[in-house]
Amino acid sequence: MFQNYNTNNVKLKHIITDNVVILNSMKGVSPVAFDNNIRNDCVLDSFPLDTSASACCSPKSSHSDTLLAKYAKAGYVISHFVEKFIDTDAGQIPVVRRKLDFKDKVQTVKARLGVTRNNYRVSQGLYAIGEPDENSEVLVTANFKLTFDILRTNINQLNLWILVLDTLGVNVWCAAGKGTFSTQELVKRVQLSGLEKIVKHRRLILPQLSATGVRAKDVKTMCGFNVIYGPVRASDIQAFLRNGRKAEPCMRRVTFTFKERLILTPIELTVAFKSLLITVAALLFISGVNSELFSLQNNLGSGLLKSLERGFFSLIFLFIGFVSGAVVTPALLPFLPFKAFAAKGIVSGAIFSLLAIFFSSTSSLNIAAMAALSTFGITVSSWFAMNFTGATPFTSPSGVEKEMKQFIPIQAGGAILSLVLWIYSAF
Amino acid sequence: MRNMRYLEDVATLILNKEACVGCSLCTVVCPHGVFEMMDNKAVIVDLDGCMECGACVNNCPVYAIKVTPGVG
Ligand code: SF4
Ligand code: SF4
Repeated sequence: MFQNYNTNNVKLKHIITDNVVILNSMKGVSPVAFDNNIRNDCVLDSFPLDTSASACCSPKSSHSDTLLAKYAKAGYVISHFVEKFIDTDAGQIPVVRRKLDFKDKVQTVKARLGVTRNNYRVSQGLYAIGEPDENSEVLVTANFKLTFDILRTNINQLNLWILVLDTLGVNVWCAAGKGTFSTQELVKRVQLSGLEKIVKHRRLILPQLSATGVRAKDVKTMCGFNVIYGPVRASDIQAFLRNGRKAEPCMRRVTFTFKERLILTPIELTVAFKSLLITVAALLFISGVNSELFSLQNNLGSGLLKSLERGFFSLIFLFIGFVSGAVVTPALLPFLPFKAFAAKGIVSGAIFSLLAIFFSSTSSLNIAAMAALSTFGITVSSWFAMNFTGATPFTSPSGVEKEMKQFIPIQAGGAILSLVLWIYSAF
Repeated sequence: MRNMRYLEDVATLILNKEACVGCSLCTVVCPHGVFEMMDNKAVIVDLDGCMECGACVNNCPVYAIKVTPGVG
């Protein structure tokens, strides 16, 4: 995918993703930072507290006005996180703030909730933080804005260069896995930014997790820079640099803490939303069917009531299964028995379904209906728990494949069994 | 991350000890501490910790490591 870049000439490249047009920065022209997230900005500008957009008399806007007066370029917007520009032998380089402003924070929440999940980027190219010089280290990162924000807010003292690669707005690890955080992209970005004119040394500090996409030896051969793999987490980067670019073993290990697991769950919901909607529709339809509706006696009213009750209960158990599989199982991952996630989901789903059955014992549901509902809840929970294998930093693809081979038949069986029981219980 | 374990005996990681030149880069890039250096050679000390991310494979200068995720 890289061969169609023209690396010699000044060139604008248009990538159209959804309704967003992104203009790549060019060789020989300073990589002026600009907001490329049109959709984001449109929504955000309606926030009354967003002073950076159009307010005319706040001190904040006068700062960005000065920046604009000096550095404005047709077709570009200066990003709100840029505090000034510095002149280098390779052109003007934007200096970014070390702290998040209100706009950054709102955007972070939206990205975490999945609203702007695939569409949240900063422009690729070279940035500065603090007052770096020719001896300062160069950190390399992805152009996912959350990643960029985490990096800059974790450098509270050092003066560094930050080289942002075009990873299509995806975080370091996923981008490395997908091949966008790659040797080719790194080499290209080093060359386009004119880095060799800016620093005297030949070192690039990469996040350790980018190693999946980068081959250090090839980077050296292709552009003369030595790749040094830094720590996994941005929060260790200052300690790493102060320690003579040496990482403690703990800085090299990926963790998956309670907080890290929970942060992923809203994304799970967004991903599952469509299939959930379809399931809801199907459940309401299936639950609507019962004997009284079709009998010839004049009891349509009680038939409808029964449909409603059954529809209600089926949705409750869908909800329980989803929460159990997509929220509770991930949260309690190390504490649930078994290694396969689908099995963990069955355990958690069974506990929640039985509790729910206990609380619905006053309803008019018969034994078969209750068996159907609990089987259904357990199956849904197992399914969503299994889906979570794709989001963790320790599940091997071979393991996931084995788990799916084992559990998809079980889940399909559970779905069929609950459907049969459910329909049977209505007649 | 010894407390977070996935299925056992599924990782397809293979290390060719003969080929290894002892650069220790695999111990640096692996996010799960799968390798350790012993007598100037890499050894696999925690096979079940391997998530088949390919970082070691990609960076080994002499192509001494292999993973084949999704096969088998
Ligand atoms: S594939 Fe990844 S997890 Fe497995 S040993 Fe190599 S670097 Fe470590
Ligand atoms: S990266 Fe390759 S050569 Fe270097 S220590 Fe590991 S196995 Fe040996």
